[in-house]
Amino acid sequence: MSEHTAVAAVEHPAVLQHQFDDLEQQMDASTLGMWVFLLTEIMFFGGLFAAYTVYRAAYPEGFAAGSLRLDLMLGGLNTVVLIASSLTMALAVRAAQLGKRQDLVAFLSATLGLGLVFLVVKVFEYHHKYVERLIPGPNFFFDGPHAAQAHMMFCFYFAMTGMHALHMVVGVGLLTYFIAKARSGRYTAQYYWPVEVMGLYWHFVDIVWIFLFPLLYLIGHRGVH
Amino acid sequence: MSTVLTAPPVETKTNYLNESYGIKSWLLTKDHKRIALLYLAAITFFFAVGGFFAVLIRLELITPAGDLMQPETYNKAFTMHGVMMIFFFLIPAVPAVLGNFLVPMMIGARDLAFPRINLLSWYIYMVGGVFTLYAMVAGGVDTGWTFYTPYSSTYSNTQVMATAIGIFILGFSSILTGLNFIVTIHKMRAPGLTWFRLPLFIWAHYATSVIQILGTPVVAIAIVLVGLERAFRIGIFDPKLGGDPILFQHLFWFYSHPAVYIMILPSMGVISELVTCFSRKKIFGYGFVAMSSVAIAVLGFLVWGHHMFVSGQSVYAGMVFSILSYLVAIPSAIKVFNWTATLYRGSISYQTPLLYALGFIGLFTIGGLTGLFLANLAVDVHLHDTYFVVGHFHYIMVGGAIMGYLGGLHFWWPKITGRLYPEGWARLSALVLFVGFNLTFFPQFILGYLGMPRRYHAYPEEFQVLNVMSSAGASILAVGYIIPMIYLIWSMRYGKPAPANPWGATGLEWQIPSPPPSYNFEKTPVVTEEPYVYSHEEAQVV
Ligand SMILES: [Cu+2]
Repeated sequence: MSEHTAVAAVEHPAVLQHQFDDLEQQMDASTLGMWVFLLTEIMFFGGLFAAYTVYRAAYPEGFAAGSLRLDLMLGGLNTVVLIASSLTMALAVRAAQLGKRQDLVAFLSATLGLGLVFLVVKVFEYHHKYVERLIPGPNFFFDGPHAAQAHMMFCFYFAMTGMHALHMVVGVGLLTYFIAKARSGRYTAQYYWPVEVMGLYWHFVDIVWIFLFPLLYLIGHRGVH
Repeated sequence: MSTVLTAPPVETKTNYLNESYGIKSWLLTKDHKRIALLYLAAITFFFAVGGFFAVLIRLELITPAGDLMQPETYNKAFTMHGVMMIFFFLIPAVPAVLGNFLVPMMIGARDLAFPRINLLSWYIYMVGGVFTLYAMVAGGVDTGWTFYTPYSSTYSNTQVMATAIGIFILGFSSILTGLNFIVTIHKMRAPGLTWFRLPLFIWAHYATSVIQILGTPVVAIAIVLVGLERAFRIGIFDPKLGGDPILFQHLFWFYSHPAVYIMILPSMGVISELVTCFSRKKIFGYGFVAMSSVAIAVLGFLVWGHHMFVSGQSVYAGMVFSILSYLVAIPSAIKVFNWTATLYRGSISYQTPLLYALGFIGLFTIGGLTGLFLANLAVDVHLHDTYFVVGHFHYIMVGGAIMGYLGGLHFWWPKITGRLYPEGWARLSALVLFVGFNLTFFPQFILGYLGMPRRYHAYPEEFQVLNVMSSAGASILAVGYIIPMIYLIWSMRYGKPAPANPWGATGLEWQIPSPPPSYNFEKTPVVTEEPYVYSHEEAQVV
């Protein structure tokens, strides 16, 4: 076992951490660590989704009325943007596995760009809501029979998309860090998996949006009216 | 795996304690053993703070009149007692100190999988602590440790926000510790160390970690919602604005009931190690004890509604939660029966750690059985929010979790510090603790049964005798905590040097010198047999 360690350490002096026997163990540990972290994230968002479910079941009309005030175009655009970013992220992982440094930097940058587009669109949406006085709180104003219930719907709209956006900001930070490291040649075909582990996080944040979009934007029976 | 102290104590070799000196070498350490000691210092401090508030409470309750404190002050005292003891002491106590120190060693690893994250978790803990201490000195908080809405979200004028931020931050340290343990136990076991050769301490910590990573984020989001509601007055939990205060209780107890098992399961792991070592017998029913930890972790997530029998939860939900709560008694009883069966016809030596273990078994049994009273729908209507509940959970948490923590701390103290503690003093203080504990909390069962509600600073005169008994017991209990604090610190300098294996225990951690070298194992050990191969013949203990 210890000879094995010595060999591995000589091969990859820079990246093998002392507590691991070899790079494979290190990769397994990092990957599992991220999956466990994502479980934590599922429970975190799960609490929010559970609360959302309780109130939507209690106030279906108000939630539908509130949903109609969301901008389907911008929400739809952001959904497309995030799905595209998942694709570029997957391509980045592929590039890392093949050891293609330039492709890796390009795909990570594309992912970063799409992530930023998402956040900019979100800022516009939030601003519209502010102008339309749909921010929950004393200034909230909703014209219609279910104003109080719609207020609750907007509480959840901001809590859920806000938490999601916060995770996007973290993802953008991670991408910036990884792009810098990738440019300096940190990742190789043997040491590609940090990109993959970070990619898991990115895909997770995308998937959360895939649930948020219909639950917030598409519950308003738009076709019926 | 079971060589007994023939070799003289190894000294003058470099170990994790003398490898480097200076405050920086501690504050920037990535060594799981040093991080364990950082945690030890921190949780001892917070235990003292929580203890201070307990003293205030027991002083106030000596007399029926509310003469020592204003009612508002009393509310703050029991809130801060609960917050400090639960979040800052009980939850991290065994995992972050003993678990941190022992998990890598017991599985033959050089460190946890993520040493930097381990250090980060300590800093997160400290930042959470700073916020909560700030809340304390800036006026305190009066919601009770449960932060029930809408009082916490709308009406309380105390430092709810700072406390909530502190606990929210603190939660991440717990999550990161759990994550680290899970990955380490999965991926870093020594060759030959299969799952069913793992020490039961590891099984208990694995189950605990699962609760930590699955439960903590839910209370985190609940706290976020309370914070948002307080900051922006948006009404998620405010009935006036269409919110549902009961929803908060659901989210809160979804974490906070399993959190009870975060506190008790690691101690159960400790007790399994102690019982088998000091009866020189293989643990009875290894598989059952291991799996009962997992069963407790799973069932623990399905019983939160037993805190809400009288909160307006539906009767049918109450019935389901009641039945599920009874079910938790099964794995708990399996543990107690197996420990007892292990002791049966063992060659028992009454060293201090075993005294704590025996105390644990007795007190946990009382705590567990009184839990069954409370899981009963009808009986709970009478006992809910009375001192019966207070007595019940102190039997589990103080009588159980802290007894296990202290027993474990004594058992592994020679390994941690390389010094032996004075056995006579240690036995005495274990006894003092046991007596003080029972005198403090047993009267509370009777008080609760007679109808004394919890969280009041004044009470009718007929309750005074029992309250005075309880306060007298608390002072004995305090002595029982102060004695070990003194002699353990004393022993770090003046204790006799400890051999590698002072108890003749099995387990990988006893095969390396005391204190261990930084990398734990010079050569990765290979495990070839089951745990706990004790035999009566080698019953020679220092
Ligand atoms: Cu409970």
